[in-house]
Amino acid sequence: MERPIRVLIAKPGLDGHDRGAKVLARAMRDAGMEVIYTGLRQTPEQIVEAAVQEDVDTIGLSCLSGAHNHLFPEVTRLLKEKDATDILVVGGGIIPEEDIPKLKEAGISEIFTPGTTTATAIEYIKENVKR
Amino acid sequence: MTTDLKQVGGAKKAWEEGPVAKAVARFPERKEEFLTLSGTPVDRLYTPLDTADFDYEQDLGFPGQYPFTRGIQPTMYRGRLWTMRQYAGFGTAEESNERYKYLLDQGQTGLSIAFDLPTQIGYDSSHPLAHGEVGKVGVAIDSLADMEVLFSGIPLDKVSTSMTINAPAAILLAMYIVLAEKQGVPSDKLAGTIQNDILKEYVARGTYIFPPKPSMRLITDIFEYCSDKVPKWNTISISGYHIREAGCTAVQEVAFTLADGIAYVEAAVEAGLDVDDFAPRLSFFFNAQMDLLEEVAKFRAARRLWARIMKNRFGAKNPRSLKLRFHTQTAGCALTAQQPDNNIIRVTLQALAAALGGTQSLHTNSRDEALSLPTQDSVTIALRTQQIIAHESGVASTIDPLAGSYVIEAMTNRIEDEAMDYIKTIDEFGGAVSAIEQGFIQREIQESAYAYQQAVESGERIVVGVNKFQVADEQAPELLKVKPEVEARQKAKLENLRQQRDNAKVQSTLQQLSKTAQGDDNLMPGIIEAVRTYATLGEICDALRQVFGEYEPSVIF
Amino acid sequence: MTTHAKNDSNIWAERVLAGDRRALARVISLLENQEPEGFHTLKTLYPKTGQAHIIGLTGPPGGGKSSLVDRMIQEIRSRGHEVAVVAVDPTSPFTGGAILGDRIRMQRWASDTGVYIRSMGTRGSLGGLARAVYATVQLLDAASFPYILVETVGVGQSEVDIVQVADTVVVVSVPGLGDDVQVSKAGIMEIGDVFAVNKADLPGSQRVVVELQSMLDLGSHDVWQPPVVTTVATTGKGVSELITAIQEHLVVLQEANLLTKQRLAREKEALLQRLTERIRCDITKQWSNKQGNQAWENLAAKKTDPYTLEEQLYLSWKGVTTVDNQD
Repeated sequence: MERPIRVLIAKPGLDGHDRGAKVLARAMRDAGMEVIYTGLRQTPEQIVEAAVQEDVDTIGLSCLSGAHNHLFPEVTRLLKEKDATDILVVGGGIIPEEDIPKLKEAGISEIFTPGTTTATAIEYIKENVKR
Repeated sequence: MTTDLKQVGGAKKAWEEGPVAKAVARFPERKEEFLTLSGTPVDRLYTPLDTADFDYEQDLGFPGQYPFTRGIQPTMYRGRLWTMRQYAGFGTAEESNERYKYLLDQGQTGLSIAFDLPTQIGYDSSHPLAHGEVGKVGVAIDSLADMEVLFSGIPLDKVSTSMTINAPAAILLAMYIVLAEKQGVPSDKLAGTIQNDILKEYVARGTYIFPPKPSMRLITDIFEYCSDKVPKWNTISISGYHIREAGCTAVQEVAFTLADGIAYVEAAVEAGLDVDDFAPRLSFFFNAQMDLLEEVAKFRAARRLWARIMKNRFGAKNPRSLKLRFHTQTAGCALTAQQPDNNIIRVTLQALAAALGGTQSLHTNSRDEALSLPTQDSVTIALRTQQIIAHESGVASTIDPLAGSYVIEAMTNRIEDEAMDYIKTIDEFGGAVSAIEQGFIQREIQESAYAYQQAVESGERIVVGVNKFQVADEQAPELLKVKPEVEARQKAKLENLRQQRDNAKVQSTLQQLSKTAQGDDNLMPGIIEAVRTYATLGEICDALRQVFGEYEPSVIF
Repeated sequence: MTTHAKNDSNIWAERVLAGDRRALARVISLLENQEPEGFHTLKTLYPKTGQAHIIGLTGPPGGGKSSLVDRMIQEIRSRGHEVAVVAVDPTSPFTGGAILGDRIRMQRWASDTGVYIRSMGTRGSLGGLARAVYATVQLLDAASFPYILVETVGVGQSEVDIVQVADTVVVVSVPGLGDDVQVSKAGIMEIGDVFAVNKADLPGSQRVVVELQSMLDLGSHDVWQPPVVTTVATTGKGVSELITAIQEHLVVLQEANLLTKQRLAREKEALLQRLTERIRCDITKQWSNKQGNQAWENLAAKKTDPYTLEEQLYLSWKGVTTVDNQD
């Protein structure tokens, strides 16, 4: 039996725009993944704890408020602390091109900006999950 | 001249079976089915047959007259153009103040304040959850002291100010009132709007604090307070904008917005207010999307439907209670990160729809907003877009110019009918509040959002630069950066304030406020007193949180 | 299995016993995915099981179960105990995917080390919920959580499945969801040990209470009379009483010497189910060949009947005779 990929979709910070996160969650379900949706206003600590408890393969972070430079690297830092760097982390939202290299350096594997198809994001995750 | 519909019907049939059939046989049409942006089929041609049951007097009437389909004022833009109001704010109060003054110098006629997320959710800049968010999507306001800086040099009796603030709307309004007092402007001279629309926060925008019941009380308290003390203030801006941004259709935008409106009116009537005392101060806020014809019809349908609801359902007598006055913003979700200059054209078409639809005020988005907050250059182009439509295009010279177009009237009728069906369903849920609590509205929006995304991904719907006409290697435009030191500066200011104010006085007003919250009295006077002592937004919200509790979202897939 | 896997399993077991949450989470995945390594770990840990009070929650969607679980966590924590939650949501039968959203209501406990929350999809295997959840609960029990809450989707078979997992079953009802239907739904009255009427601040809740009570009066309850408790998950009202009622149920079972008996019966049932599933797998595999296809074709053409076919399949599986479906 092929096991489903488990994904945690989270909205770190205070941003309430969850259209993209929800559309992606549905598309992932329709692609056969198990999606744990944690909702709005999540702290990086909550996200990482949930990801560990749920033993997910991937964390998808969505932020449209511009706080990504603070919030995304905090998630990867905490994952390192928990010895859980085998969890693939991807991010999406209104993220300027120039911020992307730094985010990648911090351990975010890929950043999806507006206009990315759900198919692209799903394909990326399927190809890059680490186990 | 009268039209013989029978004859038209026969002629149309002949045309379809003759020339059309022949043309289609040789050159098939581009698509099997043509759809509006909302996914509704569009016919090849509209004729008088599509408006057969149409009664001019009853369905259209004249501008400024019931049912206001053609506009809410007798002269519309011939008398006064719409208010050009660009939503702006970022960083600290100082930086935003500079941007406001610039916009006023450029000919903007009203201010529109964007607050950062901690402010919108009732957290001080020093709150742990505020970390990383301070000054990002708007200006950070912690207390009256920040408001004093934000409006420094701007006389409050000369501008109208719109504030996009919802859960803590009462507090920001209180700050504005006290600030005016300090400028020597009495509150009955103040003009402006607070968004104050909590229901759409629950379904689409996410900046809620309290559960529905106390939230509705805060709203009706504001209605009551303002009808007496701040009569020129728009006490609510019932917003479909964000619902549309969340992915719904044009019909759903109208239906859910007006259903929310019904819920507010019912709450106020239940609280003992007379409908004609507060209804004239209700205002609305819609989205202007890409489908020009559908959007124009949407605005007209919304106006007519609201007038009918207010008259028939609530028995409003004052003609001003029947008028749906609305602000429009062009659709943020229609902007693309790819080839951002294309967004100028998109915004132009959307703004044109708003003008043709009879909006009272308009915000045009900037080309770079799919990438970050707009630069000053981009904001200027967006404002110029409105000015060109207003002064050069000619659409402002005559009222409701598209009226009588078969397609526009047919679409207007359809949108009104379908929106009414939704409102009936929501009534069956027990109104908008329970429909939201049971997740009905959220689910409908999500279905539409998902269907749209699938249409884009399958290529059925073309978005220029995104799934067709792409270019490789785009050059990144220059973007606005909120300085990272904003947060530290704001926190230092707050710390300083906490040391300098009379903390005993702050505590006693907060205690008084929480006592009022436990009872039934109007909350506004207590909030004003707390604001006056420089109690912070976070402190006031905390006092209310302790009494009211916090909203727990129902997430539905 | 190889000794290698067994050694790994011992390491997993040690880590789980040492309170390593990451290891616990990983072993649950192994169990969910039916990896032998997971079951080997359980073999090692089995002697440690039997300490936890396993509480199942079931009821219609929209009943506020997740919010109630959130409040139950709060109550159990305030009494100084650790707690684990298994929240089950349906897997899409078409895509095999699932959106697991129950956790949203409980996310405030994410950083509390005394709480472990795990979301699971039903994944549609035979026995539905039972197999993976059963094993997961055993693992959590061995990991010494004194309370384990299992929240299930309130539709279809899983309502009844919960009995195969839990010591105490809480049936959650709410006013205004077509009361008569939900209360009298076949089987639901029989499985409840405690009935919670949630959203008790809504009009109509008293009616649900009365209805439940009169339904319960019709049944015969020798040892334990299921109580009806009213709760308001949004405020936490009644949750303390609910937990107390749940605890009392366990005490009564213990005093009547029923707990051990019931647990053994569940263990037996689970074992039989696993065996059934293995046999089914075997037979399916054995018959997914040309011969098997021929048999189905014959059945379709009415050249044979399902009862004859059954006999043949069964005997063939037992190795009694070779398959011969040509008459």
